[in-house]
Amino acid sequence: MDANTFLIQVLNGIQYGLLLFLVASGLTLILGIMGIINLAHGSFYMVGAYLAFSLSQHFGSLWLAMVGGVVIAVAIGLLLEWLLISRLYHRDHLYQVLLTYGLILIFEELRSLVFGDDVHGVTVPALLQASIPLTDTLSYPVYRLWMSAVCLALAIGMYLLIQKTRLGMMIRAGAVNREMVQSLGINIDLLYRLVFALGVALAAFAGMIAAPVASVFPGMGSQVLIVCFVVVVIGGIGSVKGAMLGAILIGLVDTFGKVLTLEIGGFRILPELSGMMIYVLMAVVLLARPEGLFGRRG
Amino acid sequence: MRQVHAASIVLLACLLALVLLPLFAEKYYIQLFTKMMIMAIFAMSLDILVGYTGLVSLGHAAFFGLAGYTLAFAAPQYEAANLWLSLPLAMGGSALLALVIGALVLRTSGIYFIMVTLAFAQMVFFVFHDTKIAGGADGIYIYAKPVAAIAGWQPFSLENHTHFYFTVLALLALVYALLRMLLASPFGRVLVGIRVNEQRMRSLGYRTFRYKLVCFVIAGALAGMAGYFAAAQFGFVSPDTLGWHQSGGVLMMVILGGMGTLNGAILGAFAMMLLELGFQGLPVLGGVDIGKHWQLFMGGFIVFAVLLLPHGLLGLGGLASRLLRKSKERRNG
Repeated sequence: MDANTFLIQVLNGIQYGLLLFLVASGLTLILGIMGIINLAHGSFYMVGAYLAFSLSQHFGSLWLAMVGGVVIAVAIGLLLEWLLISRLYHRDHLYQVLLTYGLILIFEELRSLVFGDDVHGVTVPALLQASIPLTDTLSYPVYRLWMSAVCLALAIGMYLLIQKTRLGMMIRAGAVNREMVQSLGINIDLLYRLVFALGVALAAFAGMIAAPVASVFPGMGSQVLIVCFVVVVIGGIGSVKGAMLGAILIGLVDTFGKVLTLEIGGFRILPELSGMMIYVLMAVVLLARPEGLFGRRG
Repeated sequence: MRQVHAASIVLLACLLALVLLPLFAEKYYIQLFTKMMIMAIFAMSLDILVGYTGLVSLGHAAFFGLAGYTLAFAAPQYEAANLWLSLPLAMGGSALLALVIGALVLRTSGIYFIMVTLAFAQMVFFVFHDTKIAGGADGIYIYAKPVAAIAGWQPFSLENHTHFYFTVLALLALVYALLRMLLASPFGRVLVGIRVNEQRMRSLGYRTFRYKLVCFVIAGALAGMAGYFAAAQFGFVSPDTLGWHQSGGVLMMVILGGMGTLNGAILGAFAMMLLELGFQGLPVLGGVDIGKHWQLFMGGFIVFAVLLLPHGLLGLGGLASRLLRKSKERRNG
């Protein structure tokens, strides 16, 4: 592997990791702050991708589709929290798993009813269609760089929101002691609703910007969900910092697992078993730190 | 005391009905009930984890599916495997996998446990999905049902659907009885203690990790038994049999029936399979094949059940008897 290929793979790995971060950060916030395990989080990613697909055809522009898609995603998040999720705060995790599992089935079948079961593509906006040439044969698409930049900007924005604003302070306080925050006169129900909608919007947005590079297909939600679980387990529940580190780690491990070759005793381990690599990483973290890299011991 | 009595009468009646079923039912229904009983064994194996020990596993299908693959490997191509060798092999393989996965996942608890069991099951899924060892994503066929021959003598034949039915029924009854005994034993009481308050069990001197691990391995082996017969009946295994939709489905069975009671797991398995069948049989309305989108109704039903049936179907019975008692008291007093 020469330096240019290596550079491309590093960029790809970081870009995939940053994309995972958008989905995983919502998952970890909803887990850490609201105590809700949300299996349907991957479905929101899928909803985002399909919204990008259908709205960009309708408007003729991916940019407008993204704006419209985020508005719809926030509306879905607020509605779901109000209708269903808010009834789960005092229930066992078991019921949260089941209800959100039911939601997955509903989202998947609605997708199948409306869009069918085919794989769709979304074109990259004209503004970002260029590639940066690295050598005579290798180049790197601008769109992927733009994706990484946007994800990074959102990550910084989230950090500022949670650490530096009054709203973020209330969210952090709500995660520690719900009743205390409520008795201080803060509308905790509204706060939770906002956090949930934020998580849904982040996952859907990730789906939208991923649509042009990853295409739009059935089952894309479950795939992302399980990888994001691994990210959250590695990073530690509720830790946005952990989600960032875990996501980048997973992105790099997964990308390099697919391009490296490794043979042990005549058996090709990589890339054949590259799908397993991230779980091996998770097992190692579990052995060393069962509460995750940035998790609280307890 | 009277309630226990009533429950055991209902149980015996159900067993009798299952024994008599092949006398008058058609082949289709015999096979359907065989499948339902296999899923009931699967659901019971999960119930001892979820309902008794309080370990919510979202990766239980890994042990179910692995056993099916073990059967496929144990059978020479186009020939049948020997039941007495391949069944222990399949259950042992699943138990071994449960030992390895259990040793890792039991280091966590609560939400972590749910996510980690799902992730490890998905890892097993990828082993069979991405490599060519067993047909990859397409799965692998099992051409002949296992032969129950002991040194040339064949007491029954699994190729016969009635024999298959009674074999599964006998195993269902056996597993039920063994689990009842296990759960009533000191070992079972420790498991329940762990669910209620693990800290206290530990301070009483129990090494809870070992108890949980043994429970996890037993559950894995029994899931393997169910997976073995499911694969034998269907004649086909694919990565989907160990996928997470299978794990979610069986969890739903346990909870729908009412967890922590083996009866509930059996009831849940039967009810879920009948519901699935009912939803699939929905007609074409306005040009849309509703039956094809049965998962939509299943999802809606699950959401509905979580919100309105917190104690499962068995809880429905409890609710009815409570209402009855109340109205009686009102009449008497």
